[in-house]
Amino acid sequence: MRNVIPVLAVTAALIALWYAAVVPMNAQWAQDQARRAGQELTFTALVADTMSQQRPRLPAPHQVAQELWNSTVVEEMTGRRGFMNTGTLSNRSLVYHGWVTLSATLLGFAIGSALGITLAVGIVYNRAMDASVMPWAIASQTIPILAIAPMIIVVLNAVGITGLVPKAIISTYLSFFPVVVGMVKGLRAPDHMQLDQMKTYSASGPQVFFKLRLPSSMPYLFASLKVAIAAALVGAIVAELPTGAVAGLGARLLSGSYYGQTVQIWSALFAAAILAAGMVALIGVIQRITLRRMGMAT
Amino acid sequence: MMQDTPLAPVISARNLNLIFQTNDGPVHALKDVSLDIAKGEFVSFIGPSGCGKTTFLRVIADLEQPTSGDISVNGLTPDAARRARAYGYVFQAAGLYPWRTIAGNVKLPLEIMGFSKAEQAARVEKVLELVELSGFARKFPWQLSGGMQQRASIARALAFDADILLMDEPFGALDEIVRDRLNEQLLALWARTQKTIGFVTHSIPEAVYLSTKIVVMSPRPGRITDIIDSPLPRERPLEIRDSPEFIDIAHRVREGLRAGHLDD
Repeated sequence: MRNVIPVLAVTAALIALWYAAVVPMNAQWAQDQARRAGQELTFTALVADTMSQQRPRLPAPHQVAQELWNSTVVEEMTGRRGFMNTGTLSNRSLVYHGWVTLSATLLGFAIGSALGITLAVGIVYNRAMDASVMPWAIASQTIPILAIAPMIIVVLNAVGITGLVPKAIISTYLSFFPVVVGMVKGLRAPDHMQLDQMKTYSASGPQVFFKLRLPSSMPYLFASLKVAIAAALVGAIVAELPTGAVAGLGARLLSGSYYGQTVQIWSALFAAAILAAGMVALIGVIQRITLRRMGMAT
Repeated sequence: MMQDTPLAPVISARNLNLIFQTNDGPVHALKDVSLDIAKGEFVSFIGPSGCGKTTFLRVIADLEQPTSGDISVNGLTPDAARRARAYGYVFQAAGLYPWRTIAGNVKLPLEIMGFSKAEQAARVEKVLELVELSGFARKFPWQLSGGMQQRASIARALAFDADILLMDEPFGALDEIVRDRLNEQLLALWARTQKTIGFVTHSIPEAVYLSTKIVVMSPRPGRITDIIDSPLPRERPLEIRDSPEFIDIAHRVREGLRAGHLDD
């Protein structure tokens, strides 16, 4: 509970800063409107107007919060296409779009983590892979994802693979890397003494791996999984941009920018941030449980 | 002083040489080392750093391969002896796995060597009792003091009941008072288990207090300068360190160490 107060203090400061920025950002539009109507705006009227525009340059926090609420709970509970009326998620709700993105993220994350761990094992145990894989892995991450994502989508589309899988592949592309780096470090964490000790027991290769290297790598694994899941989400969102903005948080961002719906963009951004925070927190919980059961509680 | 049993030595080294190739050129870690260790002996290796005492212990354990010369452990090559579980090795640091309890750590070599579950439990209980850690089986390493951790690591080396116990400065990182206590316990343990012990140290009192045989070594190249068979009885209270015999041996060890340094 001690952590709550500083977090709340920082959040409050950020919201205050945001509100302070809303006025100058949106003032131009408010002034122009008033001039056209031949009116003179008082300061209070100006502030009130900047906080409640339809298409503000910078929406106020409460507008974003309102939109988040409307496009999740209100839409699903009362909307014509909402869950309560149709039994399926509304394609106008962030719950639906969030789920579309989340499913691609989770699939990509799962594949990426498995790939990352496999590559790390290869790098640690195989001299040729040690020398060759890492430079390629690093090079893969220097290519801008925005450039390569449409290529992957288009190529996979051409061979008839559409929907979830192409997005998951782009998530994989971003999420395997932190896992490789973390797991190589983790599997190499045992020192010479511990490895010598295993040799004095005449332990086999698999025994050294499962009894020493793998448990040693657990703290590193969880640290890199947290980075990987956030990267997987970014990958899924980016992958939704070139598909014609049909579904997903990426689609909401894109259609929002087509129609100048800044409130919609910001609420989609916040939905993504909340999703990411939730997933990272979930991994944190799994980490705490695992390490506690291993007696390594911190 | 040699009144050993006529048995073949447990460890026998003849003209052992080990040269490490380093970036600064070859390093002669062991030069013409010849030594016999009989069953049940407590042999200390003492000398300044770089004298090859740890290297020699590692050669016995098959963790290093000699460049030339012969060495046999229980009549086998070090490699075969290691596979036959001839020795338990205690390292400088306890090196307990933080994710295993004390019992789990002691059980580790038993799991690797494929003992049955019942056998594992029985052996863990027995060796923890031997190092006086019975009440701590379910604790994790971080809940124990440094001395207790090192005792747990000795228990782990004893768990599979090898005849030989090799110890590389096991108490080097501990304070004097804890060290005295552990030395006493180690002697009691040695008396109970009849193991052959090879013990690396750079403390003269420790070497003299513990050993039936003290091997004095000196560096560049690493070699044996003196082998002292201790006239002290096997039963040794801590007060024996004030006796004239003890002081005489300590003096001879110190002379040996100094002689090794003179011809640098």
